[in-house]
Amino acid sequence: SLPSVRGTHVESLEKCDMAEGSCLLRKMEISVAEAEKRTGKNAVNMQETYTVYLIETSVTEGHNPVPDSLWRRYSEFELLRNYLLVTYPFIVIPPLPEKRAEFVWHKLSADNMDPDFVERRRIGLENFLLRVASHPVLSSDKIFFLFLTENGWKEAVFETGFLAKSDSRLKALNATFRVKNPDKRFSELKHYSDELQSVTSQLLRVRARVADRLYGVYKVHGNYGRVFSEWSAIEKEMGDGLQSAGHHMDAYAASVDDILEEEEHYADQLKEYLFYAEAVKAVCRKHELLQYELETASQDLASKKQQQEELAAGTVRTFSFKGMTSKLFGQETPEQREAKLKVLEEQIKEGEVTVTEKTLECEEFVKNAWKDIERFKEQKDHDLREALMSYAVMQISMCKKGIQVWTNAKECFSKM
Amino acid sequence: MSAGNANSLTSSGQQSIEEVSHPLSAEESVLSSPDTANADLSLLNGTPVDTSSPASSSSLVNRLQLDDDLNGETHDLFVSVDDPKKHVSTMETYITYRVTTKTTRTEFDLPEYSLRRRYQDFDWLRNKLEESQPTHLVPPLPEKFVMKGVVDRFSEEFVETRRKALDKFLKRVADHPVLSFNENFNVFLTAKDLNSYKKQGLALLTKMSESVKNVTGGYKLRSRPLEFAAMLDYLDVFTQKLGTIDRIAQRIIKEQSEYLMELRDYGPLYSSWAAFEGELQKPLKSVSECVTSCATALEELTDDMSEDFLPVLREYVLYIESMKNVLKKRDQVQAEYEAKLEAIVVRKEEKIGVPMDVEKCQDRMECFNADLKADWERWQNNKRQDFRQLLTGMAEKNIQYYEKVGQIVRSMYKSQV
Repeated sequence: SLPSVRGTHVESLEKCDMAEGSCLLRKMEISVAEAEKRTGKNAVNMQETYTVYLIETSVTEGHNPVPDSLWRRYSEFELLRNYLLVTYPFIVIPPLPEKRAEFVWHKLSADNMDPDFVERRRIGLENFLLRVASHPVLSSDKIFFLFLTENGWKEAVFETGFLAKSDSRLKALNATFRVKNPDKRFSELKHYSDELQSVTSQLLRVRARVADRLYGVYKVHGNYGRVFSEWSAIEKEMGDGLQSAGHHMDAYAASVDDILEEEEHYADQLKEYLFYAEAVKAVCRKHELLQYELETASQDLASKKQQQEELAAGTVRTFSFKGMTSKLFGQETPEQREAKLKVLEEQIKEGEVTVTEKTLECEEFVKNAWKDIERFKEQKDHDLREALMSYAVMQISMCKKGIQVWTNAKECFSKM
Repeated sequence: MSAGNANSLTSSGQQSIEEVSHPLSAEESVLSSPDTANADLSLLNGTPVDTSSPASSSSLVNRLQLDDDLNGETHDLFVSVDDPKKHVSTMETYITYRVTTKTTRTEFDLPEYSLRRRYQDFDWLRNKLEESQPTHLVPPLPEKFVMKGVVDRFSEEFVETRRKALDKFLKRVADHPVLSFNENFNVFLTAKDLNSYKKQGLALLTKMSESVKNVTGGYKLRSRPLEFAAMLDYLDVFTQKLGTIDRIAQRIIKEQSEYLMELRDYGPLYSSWAAFEGELQKPLKSVSECVTSCATALEELTDDMSEDFLPVLREYVLYIESMKNVLKKRDQVQAEYEAKLEAIVVRKEEKIGVPMDVEKCQDRMECFNADLKADWERWQNNKRQDFRQLLTGMAEKNIQYYEKVGQIVRSMYKSQV
């Protein structure tokens, strides 16, 4: 029996039961049922064509399942995801299907409007929603619920003020800073994510080339169809066998389209984890930032305390311009020193609060993040193993088809 | 070097041979039984035969006979070409092949022969056959010239391909009701020192060949009889189609080779992924091994196409060339006859009483036509068999490839589930 190719609703539900707390998927069925082309005017009043996706939900609690549906664009999914990224920085946020077709092999369309691409994207978007809806933390998010059920969700999401946080988050993520005592676990995790990204993108690239070559092999056999037909015209006894064998060669050549379309599902599964790796790196980065902020605050506090000491003792332990100037221009008056000490005391009090807060924040983050990372690792191992196995099943099915066609052809040849 | 054993190209109908009581069955018991496959064979006259390959009696018979009883003809002459060996001398390096003959024909002094011949000798034989039997279709030889630097004349693949073609050539001659009785053929199969025969320039020409040799060209053919015109038309189209099939086969080989190259990059990636995973290490490694094994199966399929499929196609192109030449000669014979016939009418009118050799010409033409028709039928039958075998062989190789790959993936899957 074929293992499930994608995270189906049932599978997500199973995962949901394993998670703590109730998740949305228990109470509600979610699917991205259809895709449609729309035309309209964009922000600069130009005519544009875009695709919308139908989100269907059905509340399963209670006696009467209440079905609901609304249409959403890809950009709205992006908005939702950005909100989740900012709001839950300690969670590995499920990725969206790719914006543009990448790792395309020769005959496959790179056009966003291509119906096969749209179909795969529909499946990817559904997968995204199911992942969020079965997540122990994300599934209870109000904005997510509104996204699924409320046409006017955008107002709500902007009201959260996440955009401002988003800007500062982006700024921080792009900044370069060095952490003095990096957390070993997070460094290892970041390193793992880098390696996962690298290997999956290499795999996707080579797989596309493999698909291309396979396509070529099959299609060239189609030429046998025509030449056998032409040849059979000048033969007497051999004619029938040749002609019918030719038809099987045509069938063989045609069969590769379905085979490769199915294999795209496998590529999509690899892509999901390529993008997941990026989400993991975001969590690591956020942790690094928090760690850095903590270290900075601690450093600040330490130097303030030192200044306090120096001022109180009247000695200059370390070189400072203040010290130099006071040597050059004479020492401060006791009143000045008193004022300074008072300021320092305040700053130290504030600093200590900051450090405590930051420490707590860091610890909370690490605790929550690591919980989700463990959950992610299990999910990853399970999903990728299934993906590999269903890929194997595809190959077995391809072989069966090949044997069938060539056996038919052989029979025709033997009747020549 | 592997000696050719019964393969799909040169032996069919293995079952029928063992069933029918064999003219040579009395002698078979002297040869090594299938159990002592590696024992030395010895000829009935005690001369040891050098065998470097297992030769059970049934497989030896299979190797000697080309195909099924075509027209219910009795087979009393069996030949085979095998055991290629390299000879290095100061002057040159070349390959010789063992040519084995078993026969009950009285034209042969001994019932068995085994001697070594090189390509030159086959070429000599073919030329002699064409010379001496111009009204018959002589089977083709594999290409004489190979581009040095492009093809390795001493590689196992090349030698084996050539050996198969030489074997086929000899068997086709042996199966021919006229060519097989040709004296040059006899000499080729039996003479210890072929070179001295060659030097003697033995005039082993038949009366017919003398006569045809003397046909002067330059006469224009009035009208070709329909059946021969049809043959030419057929050959033209057939050549075209063979050319197309050759190109398609080459293209398939090219695409498969490139597919193979990509697979060779693909497999190891799963391995390098496995290196930094925990739970996933096992399935990833097994996928990697799986891809590598499948690549090997693909390589075998591609090699088979190159070594078995293409050479047979090309051989038929040569065959067609020979056939066309024979048809041309026939045209010339007919043209001369027609010209002489016309001359009679003229001479009759001019009242010159010189006996014409018109009857001789007519005779010649009618003989040629008959021989050609018979050979054409024979050729058509052989062609049908050959292509049936070739194409079913190709289909079979593909089936085996998919079965192999399916097996590899299935067992990988079972080990992981």
